[in-house]
Amino acid sequence: MNIFFRRLGGFYKYRFLMQQLVTKDIKLKYRRSFLGYLWSILNPLMIMVIMVIVFSSMFRSDIENFPVYLIIGQTLFNFMSESTTQAIYSITGNAALLKKTYVPKYVFTVSKVTSSFVNTLFAMGALVIVFIVCRVTLNIYYLFIPIILLQEYVFCLGLGMLLAQGSVFFRDIQYIYNAITTAWMYLTPLFYPITLLPDGLRWAVQTFNPMYFYIAEFRQIVLEGHMPDPYLVLAGTAVAFLALVVGTWAFLKTQDKFILYI
Amino acid sequence: MIKVTDATVRFNMASEKIDNLKEYFVKLVKRELMFQEFFALKNVSFEVKRGEAWGLVGTNGSGKSTLLKLICGILKPYKGSVDVRGSIAPLIELGAGFDGELTATENIYLNGAVLGHSKEFMDSHYEEIVDFAELKDFMHMPIKNYSSGMAARLGFAIATIVRPEILIVDEVLAVGDVAFQEKCQKRMQEMLENGTTLLYVSHAMETVTELCDHALWLNKGEMVMQGDANEVCEAYLKSFDNE
Repeated sequence: MNIFFRRLGGFYKYRFLMQQLVTKDIKLKYRRSFLGYLWSILNPLMIMVIMVIVFSSMFRSDIENFPVYLIIGQTLFNFMSESTTQAIYSITGNAALLKKTYVPKYVFTVSKVTSSFVNTLFAMGALVIVFIVCRVTLNIYYLFIPIILLQEYVFCLGLGMLLAQGSVFFRDIQYIYNAITTAWMYLTPLFYPITLLPDGLRWAVQTFNPMYFYIAEFRQIVLEGHMPDPYLVLAGTAVAFLALVVGTWAFLKTQDKFILYI
Repeated sequence: MIKVTDATVRFNMASEKIDNLKEYFVKLVKRELMFQEFFALKNVSFEVKRGEAWGLVGTNGSGKSTLLKLICGILKPYKGSVDVRGSIAPLIELGAGFDGELTATENIYLNGAVLGHSKEFMDSHYEEIVDFAELKDFMHMPIKNYSSGMAARLGFAIATIVRPEILIVDEVLAVGDVAFQEKCQKRMQEMLENGTTLLYVSHAMETVTELCDHALWLNKGEMVMQGDANEVCEAYLKSFDNE
């Protein structure tokens, strides 16, 4: 317990560094581009339009309000894949710095996930536009959305820490993970209804795919207008904390050896 | 202030670095996973008291930088212990953590944050840093367009705004021009007079004897001699004559 508070104290001490690293990522992302931050909104919108055209004309889609269905899944999934991919490189990419000064190493991983999160908050602008265009009705349960985002953030933080420390010792993870996220994307009902999956696979996705929990929670609020199933909320929270605990544990256990491998 | 007891640092010097899964499993099956050990430091002990200035001398690869990294907390000892009391300003590499795409102003804040300063602290010392580095006209230029000397000026200015209790300097002043080198020397001298403890790595014996009162001579990770700076430097230089 003592060590926990000491770590928390260190976290507090380096909050300015965290903030600097996050602003650095966000500033540099769109520096020198004409539209700047607008790209965070335009990019998902453009991808959504393409997907809507593809899936509503080439394949017949039975989903009601397909653009809304699509962009919710797309935004949440992109956050996960972007933040964890960035997290993988967070330690190896800052090798020069870590070799030269003492900085708590998790700062880099946490700041990468956080800057992805901030970027996702910008991308919420695209969501709002789609909601307005598609005439989605507001309801009181929208207030629950920040909690869904928080669940996903915690989950990504845990997964990111696990991957970041792993890739220090095995750089292969960087490449394997790319394939994994692709598989993961197809196993998450982003552009198809979950009912389309065969029974066994559907059960597996509904039970083991954390991204399904978060996306389903979000869709139930927006498209069905009711509070998310308690099962989804509970499972989503549990898996987020599990990821955080496992990720942090693995990270702290190996961090002293990073310097020998980076 | 700094107490290093019997410190040993071990590196993995495996001829091919295993950093992918396939190799790892191949080696695991073949039982070749035992890595080749290499001791960068072997049983080094010394104690630095408040206000002392120590020079570290030795040939390239003798473990001087490793010892500094150990004291900064970047490396952990494999055996033995390192006990450090007081705030450290590490000048192992100036401007570590500068981002080429950011402007100098943004980098000042970023680098300050890396060194553990708060925003308020950086706000109140910003002018002082810019003045010391003499780069006022270039503050809005991305660092990637800086020369290495200019970046070093900025790095030194940021690293020394605090009056740290322990200052660690590793051969960093070689890039600046003469005027700036003198300015840096002067600032270090000032700090010493104010009771800062100094650890200084250099191959220039004159500066070591000038700045430091004690010295430590390392050779291949082992301590050869420690004591008065003049005596150690003399013995160190003599060792070359015999070869």
